[in-house]
Amino acid sequence: MSVSTASRVTSAARSRAKAPPRPGSVSRRVTKVVLSALAAVVTAFSIFPVYWMVQTSFQPNNEIIGSEVNFWPQNFTLRNYETVLFDTTRSQFMPALGNSVVVTVSTVVIALVFAFLASLAVTRFRFKSRKGFILTILIVQMIPAEAMIVSTYRVLDSWSLLNTIMGLTIVYVATVLPFTIWTLRGFVNGVPVELEEAAMIDGLSRSGAFWRITLPLLAPGLVATGVFGFIQAWNEFLLALVVNSRPEMMTLPVWLRTFQIANGTTNWAAIMAGSTLMAIPVIVFFLIVQGRMTSGLVSGAVKG
Amino acid sequence: MSPNTSLDVAPGDVDGDRLVAPSQRGSQRAVKKPRAQFTPYSLLVPATAVLAAVVGWPLIQLVIMSFQEFGRAQVFGAPSPFIGFDNYVEVLTDQAFWLVMFRSFAFAAVCVVSTMVMGTLIALLMNALGKVMRLVLSIGLLLAWAMPALTATIVWGWMFDTGYGVVNYVLTRWFGLDYIGHSWLIEPLSFFFVAALIVIWGAIPFVVFTVYAGLTQVPDEVLEASQLDGAGPVQRFRLIIFPYLRSIFLVVFILQIIWDLRVFTQIFALQGIGGIKEQTSTLGVYIYQNSLGTGEYGTGGAIAVITVIVITAISFYYVRQSIKEEEL
Repeated sequence: MSVSTASRVTSAARSRAKAPPRPGSVSRRVTKVVLSALAAVVTAFSIFPVYWMVQTSFQPNNEIIGSEVNFWPQNFTLRNYETVLFDTTRSQFMPALGNSVVVTVSTVVIALVFAFLASLAVTRFRFKSRKGFILTILIVQMIPAEAMIVSTYRVLDSWSLLNTIMGLTIVYVATVLPFTIWTLRGFVNGVPVELEEAAMIDGLSRSGAFWRITLPLLAPGLVATGVFGFIQAWNEFLLALVVNSRPEMMTLPVWLRTFQIANGTTNWAAIMAGSTLMAIPVIVFFLIVQGRMTSGLVSGAVKG
Repeated sequence: MSPNTSLDVAPGDVDGDRLVAPSQRGSQRAVKKPRAQFTPYSLLVPATAVLAAVVGWPLIQLVIMSFQEFGRAQVFGAPSPFIGFDNYVEVLTDQAFWLVMFRSFAFAAVCVVSTMVMGTLIALLMNALGKVMRLVLSIGLLLAWAMPALTATIVWGWMFDTGYGVVNYVLTRWFGLDYIGHSWLIEPLSFFFVAALIVIWGAIPFVVFTVYAGLTQVPDEVLEASQLDGAGPVQRFRLIIFPYLRSIFLVVFILQIIWDLRVFTQIFALQGIGGIKEQTSTLGVYIYQNSLGTGEYGTGGAIAVITVIVITAISFYYVRQSIKEEEL
């Protein structure tokens, strides 16, 4: 499903929402109450784990391992966050955060540049292996990373790139690239080629037209696609676990699991604080691009 | 490159032969002949290089390795002779492998069916709601969707904790059941119940939003007409809504199968919280344990190749559908 289909879908949804309500009868009102109640139950089920994570993270640990369970923090505390963030003997959060930020940002930037070039090639040119390339992209996207870990590990090892920022970044670029190209392709298609042509008649070179006309017009598409890539790279667990296993090279997901294994029986409050810290950027970014999420996911696998 | 040559490669006018108007065919087309051969390829170089290096090359290595004797000794420099299909024979005759396969497919089947059914029902519910409740429901679902898989697993693991988990507490205090100190993860079936709950909880929002987007495309007039003709809700769904959404359902269905079949994070992290590995491993986790865990790269490679073939075969329809819809 292309991006344009998605915008049509959302606009259709909006126009429907605006339609005037039908005249209500008693049975209709009862139905409405029942439906709202159902919606409330589903919402509660959906939110509860997120709520539980946050509320546990604000409780003193000795209170959450008592015989009573508090559904709301009785003695609000920030000590768990202090433990996670600053207690360097117990938690290596900060170095992991640094690794995660560097790897994720490099991945997004590199993938966007490469994908922009590739999407120009497949939208603005007709050439022999064009269809073959797009087909390859779609198939590559379907190859399960789980199956590839052994050989990815060995290949990186042969290049001496294990436990390096660069090694993990390259692997992540390859992971997000197919999806990024596929999505950007839709956005580039949405930029009228006549604009480039007009700029070229006015004296710009072809690449000048790409960089100075098409690229700025693509900004929203680049942001949306970049955020997808960010979420994917930030959450990635398996490859990080295999490729960057040394403690000082860990990313946040690997750190979180290590921290959970070490404290799983003793300090759930701190684990929940760590979980919250890891989830916040994703939730924020997710809410920003949620409108495009559906189309993005139908056309490519973000959350694997 | 001159502006002249670049104009002729613009899509829309040379998009196959379909979009070219008959009148333009003669003279203009002759001018447009010299096609750009160099530039598109150079634009593809960076992406192709990365994919070839990090996906293509390891994939070739994987296939080669799966035909070699490749264990710990080979990692430390011993020669790795080709042994034909021995690794495959070993894997395919190993009962543990079939057990893992069965487990993965059974787990995926349960998750996919539950996710699809519940997701569709919630989408229908969303479609019938007023504006306010629809927004509330959307936010709730978005929050669940946005949770990273690993974080979600750890949080659910905490909720199902043996000693201090909220689930045991509620079952004991509110429903009078004896769940004090009950371990949810030690029994394989109960382990998979929790795992399925995490996977389904995380996957439902995607199905809901996709199906809901499709539902808004179904024309109201058709639904109203059928209602006047006496069609009940079930008939309306089966005879009108479903045919309209058929392609959406199929794509979502296939994506769910693929995602649930290759589920790794949830199972792996849950095992770390307290499951018995031998009894709860699915394909992804099994590959991890069989290669990186034991160092049997040869057999691990064979399992991986089989997995790639299975998953790629299942995604065939998805790939075909994507290409058809985009009209390359």
